[in-house]
Amino acid sequence: MSALHANVNDIPLAGIPALVLPALGETLIMVGIVMAIVVLVGVPLGAIIHNLARDGLFPNPALHSTLSWIVSVGRSLPFLILMVAIIPFTRLITGTNIGIAAAVVPMSVAGIAFFTRIVENSLRSVPPSLVKVAKASGGSSFQIICTAQLGEAIPSLIGGLTINTIAMIEYSAIAGTIGAGGIGYVAVTYGYQRFDNQVMLATIIILVALVAAVQVIGDALVRLTTPHSAARVSRRSVRRPVLVP
Amino acid sequence: MITVEKLTKVYGNGDSAVTVLDNLDFSVQQAEIFAVVGPSGAGKSTLAQCVNLLERPTSGSVIVNGENLSQLTEAQLRAARRRIGTVFQSDGLFSRRTAAENISLPLDYLGVTRADAKKRVGELLERVGLSSHAKHYPHQLSGGQRQRVGIARALALKPTVLLADEATSGLDPASTASITALLKELRTDLGLSILFITHEMETVLQVADSVARLDNGHIVESGRVVDLLRDASSPLGRDLNPAKPALPAAPDETTWFVSYTSAHVPSDWVTRLGEALSSPVSLLGASIETIEGAVVGHAQVGLRAANAEAVIRQAQKLGLDARPAAAHDLASTTVAAPAGQKEPVA
Repeated sequence: MSALHANVNDIPLAGIPALVLPALGETLIMVGIVMAIVVLVGVPLGAIIHNLARDGLFPNPALHSTLSWIVSVGRSLPFLILMVAIIPFTRLITGTNIGIAAAVVPMSVAGIAFFTRIVENSLRSVPPSLVKVAKASGGSSFQIICTAQLGEAIPSLIGGLTINTIAMIEYSAIAGTIGAGGIGYVAVTYGYQRFDNQVMLATIIILVALVAAVQVIGDALVRLTTPHSAARVSRRSVRRPVLVP
Repeated sequence: MITVEKLTKVYGNGDSAVTVLDNLDFSVQQAEIFAVVGPSGAGKSTLAQCVNLLERPTSGSVIVNGENLSQLTEAQLRAARRRIGTVFQSDGLFSRRTAAENISLPLDYLGVTRADAKKRVGELLERVGLSSHAKHYPHQLSGGQRQRVGIARALALKPTVLLADEATSGLDPASTASITALLKELRTDLGLSILFITHEMETVLQVADSVARLDNGHIVESGRVVDLLRDASSPLGRDLNPAKPALPAAPDETTWFVSYTSAHVPSDWVTRLGEALSSPVSLLGASIETIEGAVVGHAQVGLRAANAEAVIRQAQKLGLDARPAAAHDLASTTVAAPAGQKEPVA
């Protein structure tokens, strides 16, 4: 119980927003930059690996297994270890191994590996008959990937993107331990190292709210991009006034 | 016009090689619907994929309007595919595109301007009778309507050749009838050569001008549908219009199997045959179709004991082929056999 007692070094309640809100801003910037990189690299990479497979558009078993193996390595390392292991690489790119810039590198590496698998999985769920239709309609490989594969998988990709974004929020907190800034950094330095429970609680509330908000937005986008459920949503909203007397 | 010459497709090599299509030869004339019918595993889908160039034949050629498509490079293939419209089984629509957007797909790939594409899509929607459904998504359309969208999409680039791969499979009878009627209309109006691949015999009878039966990678029988139906000895002809269950003959009568073999069978042949044989003719069962304006089909009739030769001769005069119903005919037709059951191949 003693740990729950207010500590003399605790940040006063009124001071918490000034500490936590800029950190939230840093987290959003970090996750935002990482997700932009993850989508830009992960979507094409996932689509390429999917189509290098035996029944893909440009099958190449050797290249397929090489790329797939690289992605698996990226997926298999726990983030904390990956982050430390690639410090030389991070320093090569950003010139530093602390701060937001340094956190973005390992987060992007882990995020790309994660999202590549999500993209592959989403593309696998698109009926293969649509690729045949697109081919027979005279589409180039690029056109087929954009329309018959990614285009049809958009709701599933958005669902995956939601999961991926939430994972990146979690990774940003882990990156906080190497001084990356953001909510994770505040939680570690104030909540963990200084036993400031109020700050800890505030970071927890913010993280829960952030993750919940991402999930709600993601779910809404999935519904909006799925014609079947989008139609159901609009029908329900039409019916509702009728039911209310 | 499509000509298929010595088309062979082998999967695998060495000892494990499987010949899926073996030396197929046939051609589909302009404004003709040519059906290829066969059981699952006969090689139908491989044939379809060789014709729309999704698969390269191992040997032999596919010639469309005089151009041999089997020797093209990948880039040329893509251009060549645009000259062949393909109608797939009903699951071939993009779920996130409206009917109009689905039809527009080949135009988008080709890079047609938005205005031109919109105009063409409008024409096509009208052509298939779906103008009022342009903004509907596939899940809002019935199976038959989805297939109309598929046909409109196949026609988007004004092909001269249409390949229908199981286009009516999985549709209810009313939708099948409306799709086959649409295909026949398109064949006549646009002079399309239509290759119609199916496993449904009944649909062949509805839609095709000519038919080939594919079995184990071989064409075992082919010909014009009317000719096959008028040929009492053709197994494919009999499968196209199988005998339906008939009443058993009265004890003093024998059952005869009578088929139309000529386009000029008088419609009152039952009476005429009775008069010629001075014996009443009992109609026990019949399966009659009108194809190309002439009646084809067969009937089972009961006749009082009469000279068999006289029956055959009198029937011949009327354009009919008469045979005493064989034991196996009786077994499959007079016993309460399930409708549509195929007769054993003679």
